[in-house]
Amino acid sequence: MPQSAEHVLDHFDLFRGPEYQQMLANKKKMFENPRDPAEVERVREWAKTPEYREKNFAREALTVNPAKACQPLGAVFAAVGFEQTIPFVHGSQGCVAYYRSHLSRHFKEPSSCVSSSMTEDAAVFGGLNNMIDGLANTYNMYKPKMIAVSTTCMAEVIGDDLNAFIKTSKEKGSVPAEYDVPFAHTPAFVGSHVTGYDNALKGIIEHFWDGKAGTTAKLERKPNDKINFIGGFDGYTVGNMREVKRIFGLMGIDYTILADNSEVFDTPTDGEFRMYDGGTTLEEAADAINAKATISMQEYCTEKTLPLIAAHGQEVAAFNHPIGVSATDKFLMTLSRITGKPIPEELARERGRLVDAVADSSAHIHGKKFAIYGDPDLCLGLAGFLLELGAEPTHVLATNGGKAWAAKVQALFDSSPFGQNCHVYAGKDLWHMRSLLFTEPVDFLIGNTYGKYLERDTGTPLIRIGFPIFDRHHHHRYPVWGYQGGLNVLVWVLDRIFESIDATTNVPAKSDYSFDIIR
Amino acid sequence: MSVSPTLSVAEIKDRNKALIEEVLKVYPEKTAKRRAKHLNVHQEGKPDCGVKSNIKSIPGVMTIRGCAYAGSKGVVWGPIKDMIHISHGPVGCGQYSWAARRNYYIGTTGIDTFVTMQFTSDFQEKDIVFGGDKKLAKIMDEIQELFPLNNGITVQSECPIGLIGDDIEAVSKAKSKEYDGKTIVPVRCEGFRGVSQSLGHHIANDAIRDWVFDKIAPDAAPRFEPTPYDVAIIGDYNIGGDAWSSRILLEEMGLRVIAQWSGDGSLAELEATPKAKLNVLHCYRSMNYISRHMEEKYGIPWCEYNFFGPSKIAESLRKIASYFDDKIKEGAEQVIAKYQPLMDAVIAKYRPRLEGKTVMLFVGGLRPRHVIGAYEDLGMEVVGTGYEFGHNDDYQRTAQHYVKDGTLIYDDVTGYEFEKFVEKIQPDLVGSGIKEKYVFQKMGVPFRQMHSWDYSGPYHGYDGFAIFARDMDMAINSPVWKMTKAPWKSEELPLLQAAE
Repeated sequence: MPQSAEHVLDHFDLFRGPEYQQMLANKKKMFENPRDPAEVERVREWAKTPEYREKNFAREALTVNPAKACQPLGAVFAAVGFEQTIPFVHGSQGCVAYYRSHLSRHFKEPSSCVSSSMTEDAAVFGGLNNMIDGLANTYNMYKPKMIAVSTTCMAEVIGDDLNAFIKTSKEKGSVPAEYDVPFAHTPAFVGSHVTGYDNALKGIIEHFWDGKAGTTAKLERKPNDKINFIGGFDGYTVGNMREVKRIFGLMGIDYTILADNSEVFDTPTDGEFRMYDGGTTLEEAADAINAKATISMQEYCTEKTLPLIAAHGQEVAAFNHPIGVSATDKFLMTLSRITGKPIPEELARERGRLVDAVADSSAHIHGKKFAIYGDPDLCLGLAGFLLELGAEPTHVLATNGGKAWAAKVQALFDSSPFGQNCHVYAGKDLWHMRSLLFTEPVDFLIGNTYGKYLERDTGTPLIRIGFPIFDRHHHHRYPVWGYQGGLNVLVWVLDRIFESIDATTNVPAKSDYSFDIIR
Repeated sequence: MSVSPTLSVAEIKDRNKALIEEVLKVYPEKTAKRRAKHLNVHQEGKPDCGVKSNIKSIPGVMTIRGCAYAGSKGVVWGPIKDMIHISHGPVGCGQYSWAARRNYYIGTTGIDTFVTMQFTSDFQEKDIVFGGDKKLAKIMDEIQELFPLNNGITVQSECPIGLIGDDIEAVSKAKSKEYDGKTIVPVRCEGFRGVSQSLGHHIANDAIRDWVFDKIAPDAAPRFEPTPYDVAIIGDYNIGGDAWSSRILLEEMGLRVIAQWSGDGSLAELEATPKAKLNVLHCYRSMNYISRHMEEKYGIPWCEYNFFGPSKIAESLRKIASYFDDKIKEGAEQVIAKYQPLMDAVIAKYRPRLEGKTVMLFVGGLRPRHVIGAYEDLGMEVVGTGYEFGHNDDYQRTAQHYVKDGTLIYDDVTGYEFEKFVEKIQPDLVGSGIKEKYVFQKMGVPFRQMHSWDYSGPYHGYDGFAIFARDMDMAINSPVWKMTKAPWKSEELPLLQAAE
């Protein structure tokens, strides 16, 4: 009996004891009808080959281990960025349980969202009654300032009309007639979570700027000197938003962050549960029409939102999750150009410190090969940073990346001597990545938590950057934007490189001559 | 922190009744009327808990429930390790449930084992418009080519499948024929069906009946020689290794476990189960259907058991042994005796730290009652409990065997109700899921996830109880809870505060 009260064994130690090992071996042999171990080994080796890769890349229908989620997740993420707003997802209720769990597992924070709980009868008759009752309940129970509606695929397939449903609900008295219920159709079978973010944000902006679904006059733009800022779907929203606010403060820029969820995903433990915290106020959302320009940090999260804003007469500028020196330079210089405010000396010094850190450490990164996967903008940001570190982003893969994205990544490769042997993979999944890592190995892999299966199978050390990160804590509280953010990413990459060197040079009398104390 | 131990049962009942009245005030009239039926104060001697259950959640209230797909793919089928489970429809469902349930298994993932992988048909607009059957057929071909050692395929339907009229049964049949009778199981677990995960369990059970049991050739040679002591573990999903720390006890008492349903389970084990002499059923809610079917069709008796905490474990071991001869009965006594010193040591260590502490639970379909004995073994008291997707037979079992007079009962609790109940009752521990965890921790209440064991476990069996006791102590007595108030903030605030 291995278990003891004195020293309680957890699952990882408990099941390694001889009693359990014997039991599990017997179970397999006697009852599982196991495959011949030689056959398992043969297939395991075959799955590493170029031949397997070819078959794997010939897949047309099956998706295995994709790196993307569905639209409503992004819609929920955007909605909670507004002051006292509840996301209301119209359709099956299980979806909402999933979004809430997913966001909670990443941020280690509560995630509040409601569903209209449609079932079979709603599938037949439509979900109007669910909307009428749902809005009334949410409004009464949670006293939100705004309810932002999006849809699951169920409601989309049966063709529920949100505009009409919300109008009818207001007529039935679910919520007051003038109450803000912006909406967005977010079908899960189109795009991914970044599309849902885009649609939801566009829906909210349209609501406030363009006459609240025909119930009030459209706003007329009276230009001011403010800047709107959109972060996009970002696992680092907590750290990044705070860093961006600090930068705006240093530059003396008057700004509005649209969909600022950095507070609601980082509330204190002090005895009070804050269902709502921070966020863009509804007044700010409306007033944002008057801004001089809108900056999006993620082009592919704002493909519909930015044109809408531009159509109202603002300048718009989009970046691709800028990480590192030159991407941050470009971001700050754009800010400076638009606002006419100079970049302060303090930021120049921060830049110098990041360059200093790169100079100190680049010898350890230079020439190293990386595979990157993640959302389209994050991939571009990370690949750009690696190129300026003299590293090679050999494989860059986005399951939710399209042709235009692939062309943009290729242009980035073409702009650097370190990009010459690099390849971009749009619409591929992590099973494709597995073949790439076996047939064209790299030194390190950058991706989300699910990359740990690739690390285990291929031996490629994983650097966890992306969304979701479930199995490491609190990294989302650090920025990856700005020069300070670049420093964080540099340190995460370096830490993994050094750990990897140490882990492969630690056998006494064999490899420990490289187990250096100074690196 | 706890207030309830100082109150009499009558006072507790009055408080709980007043609390129910109070939370109902927030709702519009129609909703209040409906929710009132799900909330009650347990009266000793009643045959059930006096609440309605297994009916539709109310729109917009923030139910904690999931869907039928979650019940089928996430619970019943997902852990069957040598089969590939296709999340059929858009990408999200499979993504959010990918490897999230901690169903431990042994196997070479991606080669002969597939539990922690996400296979999806990733529906696009054209699949909705033109139907997904051709794509599904092609997916099966690609699976056969790239994962040749898979022992079977299941099709886990997501919402659109049933709405666009796809015929996944026809595709499954055709492909099964094409691949020499390969087990291919279409499952109609679209998320809009039923009111919770529960119907998904039922549909998944029925799919095993129709597409696994009914396909077994009656004259097929058994893969092993039967013995009089063959049992199958039903309704244990091996979360954190639960089924393993249960199996070891059954084997130590002299039984032979021929199948695990479905944690660390395989198709061969499902197929062998009709040969069992007894089905031992842990999660009654999710697998009573197939147990009843096997009783009717194959004459296999089934027996519910509870492997949480030494009192219930001993009771269960004796109950299981009662179906067998003296050898097994003696074996059960030997097992109980063998682990008694460990249990005594665990209780001696942790009970003094946990005595009198109060707990509020809200879990799925089994644990709201099953873990109560384990808490009581540690001197703790469950003062409130409720099921996410229990039925009336669960509330009957709860009332008749588990809860004390005056316990607050809340079925399909809403976010608002749960926060208010905890705020007012101020338990020492809340046990529920990931969506609830951070809400209560922000309020300064110790919390353990009771679906995933909060990334710990196993909690089943004697080995698991040591971990359970350690974890509850760790949660309640963590020094962090003394730091939630800044020392310079002197104003009197309620200990816990829910969001308004």
